[in-house]
Amino acid sequence: MHKKRQSDMPIQTIIDIQNLTVGFTDKNGFERPVLRNIDLQIQRGETVGLVGESGSGKSTLALAAMGYLKTGLRVFGGSAQFCGTDMFKLARTPLQALRGGKIALIPQNSGQSLTPTMRIGAQMSEALELHSSLPQSAHVQRSLELLTRVRLPDPHAILTRYPHELSGGQQQRVALAMALTGEPLALLLDEPTTGLDVTTQAHILELLREINEQTGTAMVYVSHDLGAIARVCERVVVLYAGEVVSDGITRTVLRSPSHPYAHGLLASIPRVADARMPTPLDGRPPAPGEAGPACAFAPRCVLASERCQLERPPLRRLVNGEQVRCHFPEQTSSIDCADSRVARVAKQSQVRPLKLDRLGVSYARPSLVDQLLGREPNSSLTVQDVNLRIGAGETLALVGESGSGKSTILKAVAGLLAPACGSISFADESALGAQVEQRSQSHLRKIQLIFQNPDDSLNPRHTVATILAQPLELYFKLTRAEVVERSISLLERVRLGAHYMDRLPSQMSGGEKQRVAIARAFAAEPDVVLCDEVTSALDVSVQAAVLDLLDELRAERGTSYLFVSHDLAVVRALAHRVAVLYQGRLCEIGPSAAIYSQPLHPYTQVLLGAVLEPDPDHAPRLLANDVVESEPPKSGCPFQRRCPVHQGAACDRELPPWQHVDENHHIRCHIPLANLMQTLSAGKKSMHA
Amino acid sequence: MKRIFEVLKEVASRPSGAIGLLLVLLHIAIAICSPWIVPYDFKAISALDILTPPDAKHLFGTDQMGRDVLTRTLLGGREAILVTAIATPIAVFWGGLLGIYLGLVGGRRDDVIMRIVDAFLSLPWILKMLLLIVTFGNGIHVLIPTLAFFYGIPVIRIARAAAHSVVARDYVLAARARGQKRLTIIRRELLPNVLDALMVEGAMRWSWMLLAFSSLSFLGFGVSPPTPDWGLMVADSRTFLPLAPWAGLFPIAFLSSLIIGINMLADALAKTLGVDRAQKAPI
Repeated sequence: MHKKRQSDMPIQTIIDIQNLTVGFTDKNGFERPVLRNIDLQIQRGETVGLVGESGSGKSTLALAAMGYLKTGLRVFGGSAQFCGTDMFKLARTPLQALRGGKIALIPQNSGQSLTPTMRIGAQMSEALELHSSLPQSAHVQRSLELLTRVRLPDPHAILTRYPHELSGGQQQRVALAMALTGEPLALLLDEPTTGLDVTTQAHILELLREINEQTGTAMVYVSHDLGAIARVCERVVVLYAGEVVSDGITRTVLRSPSHPYAHGLLASIPRVADARMPTPLDGRPPAPGEAGPACAFAPRCVLASERCQLERPPLRRLVNGEQVRCHFPEQTSSIDCADSRVARVAKQSQVRPLKLDRLGVSYARPSLVDQLLGREPNSSLTVQDVNLRIGAGETLALVGESGSGKSTILKAVAGLLAPACGSISFADESALGAQVEQRSQSHLRKIQLIFQNPDDSLNPRHTVATILAQPLELYFKLTRAEVVERSISLLERVRLGAHYMDRLPSQMSGGEKQRVAIARAFAAEPDVVLCDEVTSALDVSVQAAVLDLLDELRAERGTSYLFVSHDLAVVRALAHRVAVLYQGRLCEIGPSAAIYSQPLHPYTQVLLGAVLEPDPDHAPRLLANDVVESEPPKSGCPFQRRCPVHQGAACDRELPPWQHVDENHHIRCHIPLANLMQTLSAGKKSMHA
Repeated sequence: MKRIFEVLKEVASRPSGAIGLLLVLLHIAIAICSPWIVPYDFKAISALDILTPPDAKHLFGTDQMGRDVLTRTLLGGREAILVTAIATPIAVFWGGLLGIYLGLVGGRRDDVIMRIVDAFLSLPWILKMLLLIVTFGNGIHVLIPTLAFFYGIPVIRIARAAAHSVVARDYVLAARARGQKRLTIIRRELLPNVLDALMVEGAMRWSWMLLAFSSLSFLGFGVSPPTPDWGLMVADSRTFLPLAPWAGLFPIAFLSSLIIGINMLADALAKTLGVDRAQKAPI
């Protein structure tokens, strides 16, 4: 209503949040703040990263900048202004005009925010009608321009597609193009690359950097991934328990953090360049609205003194320009994280190695016509020709992008999916039954599974005691008292305690739930544990502790792990050997030290090149495009279509041979080893230059 | 057991739940106590008091044979409540179990049985039930199995859908990978998570079954005269409705209030159990 035309007078501060406190009123009528006294100014063209663990209020803050609050939340005090207008005082109509236009949001999973029944062209045109003054006739032209700008190949074709026909990365690009229709002054990106493959992530982030440079749009990134933040943000704001605890230039905060929380968070992140286990940050953050009147981080802080327990520290500016909410920021640099160690060596054990022999898996079911004619379905296998041997007490990691077949292999080993060909067996034994129903009780016991998300793998209706009793009752003939006794000792082994026995999953944090899931797997006294992205649903500080626990349990019992992860840094810390998969085919396998220091297969190089590190000076090397292939090629090398060093006809027609670097390190490529090593060292040189 | 108590407490704390619970408990209390509290004999015919309007002697008036409407209305829900209170749990039990089983195994068995279910559901219910009642006669011993059978069929659908969403969860996969028996998986993993949907469904089935029972009585296939029954009373009073509305209106009001009560209860139950998730806590 009293909105002035401001285009002629450039304002510098785009988003101005002052002393904002947001929260909810609980059942007993108490006010529970979720964001506390937030001050945040964002200038034109600035790139700011909001980081923190889940529940820290980072998403709530970003949405509050748009004048939006989740149901149940309300403003207790302060204001959020966008270009001089208070977003919480604005009436519905002008607010809707601003949102999506001058201030746009890109959500985590854009696929879900696109209308599934509308073609991309129609959705773009709708966005243009709402947020630009262009006539209808110019919409197609403008859409094409925007799609080209977000680097979508063949924008004409994209216009006629439906959202489900695009890959995750393409959907994210379309969402970005739609956000750009209103020529926004500020873009809010809520975990924009979480859930995308490393290569896709790296490409999208480069694109976002470029758009920021070209258009001067201010960008606010909400992310738990400090690697992504380091790549795209000039400034980092660290949130803890709804408060800004640190606010400064990315380089300063990531290189020499002044807040103990930022310090601990950085130490808990595993890095590709470092083979050591990350240092966990003990304790857990307070639940939203539960933080006390003193320093919220004090219960977890090694520097905490009496003053920290009593008095809430103010946000103060240090000499290096960083703002910190801590009483003793000078002491942070003295915190020692030296107890970090490399993956442990397992003690000798009776465990026999597990062998996968020429394993092939297919999801294709024969069609009715094929069945009637007795034909073999002619689609290619999802996983083909996988030979692996997992030694006693060893962690073998399977890495690759989504669709590389890593989880499929895990399911086949667990007996949840019948292999199409090949066999799975313990050494010196006959092959295991194809599926769970055909396996003996002792074989079932020896192979246990830990899932990605404990919210999904623990029955919400069962207490911890019931959850742990299930494998104990199934595999061992125990009395009730023995079951309880063993459950308690298992809980102690995963560093929980007997008092967890009566808890339901909803009464535990993510890390605690995953520990219970680990305890359930180890209750069976397994020989092989299959880990499916076990830490990707956890916060980094919790992740470090879970990784350490897994490593300790393995070393103690001599158990072997088949460890599936998309996070190459986690694999670096935990795995002894790494197998790289592309489209269900092995590309390279070798000791992790060799793979990480000397990746020879072109795909391994692409994959490792795209990894982001929480280091402002680290730039990813984008060696290949991020096209997502839905099906492996009919013949030749599986990586032929994206290979940066494609050799021509041989790669397209012939399956590459195995080449042996040494007795443990093997790669499957047509290019001679000597040449591959040369390109590798050339690449390294160019990076240093 | 403790959980049932907690759920009931939370149901009662919602306005719709409190009213619904009150109505249902009141009706059950009337059904149990009515033989001792009614003022007259329900069979007593009086030629002098035919279709007298409500007065101090007959609070609800009298019907075409001079019988006391209050007495007959208070007694008229006994059969309906008894039959449906037995048939509902049976329907939910067998429909629920079969539905969960089909949701877990899937495949051809699921396909075949669900097509039969579809075929059953496509026929009008009254036709199916009349067929059975005409064949086997109309005592309680026929009505209970008939109602339990037909009202279990839609429950299969609900239970199967609820089981389907649980079967895809990793904890069921984990149980399968451990090598748990199918029955154990149903009992320990699926049932606790499907029970909520089944409880809500059971409450809804109960109200529909009451309507069906009363409709059958109305058509003359339910309770035989002279036993008082709401459906039967409405049918009897139909001819005199313009002349003596009280003979039909009171049983209708009783039946409606019970059904409304059950529906409100089911509604509050659904919200409490989170079958309707939109109403949950802010974060």
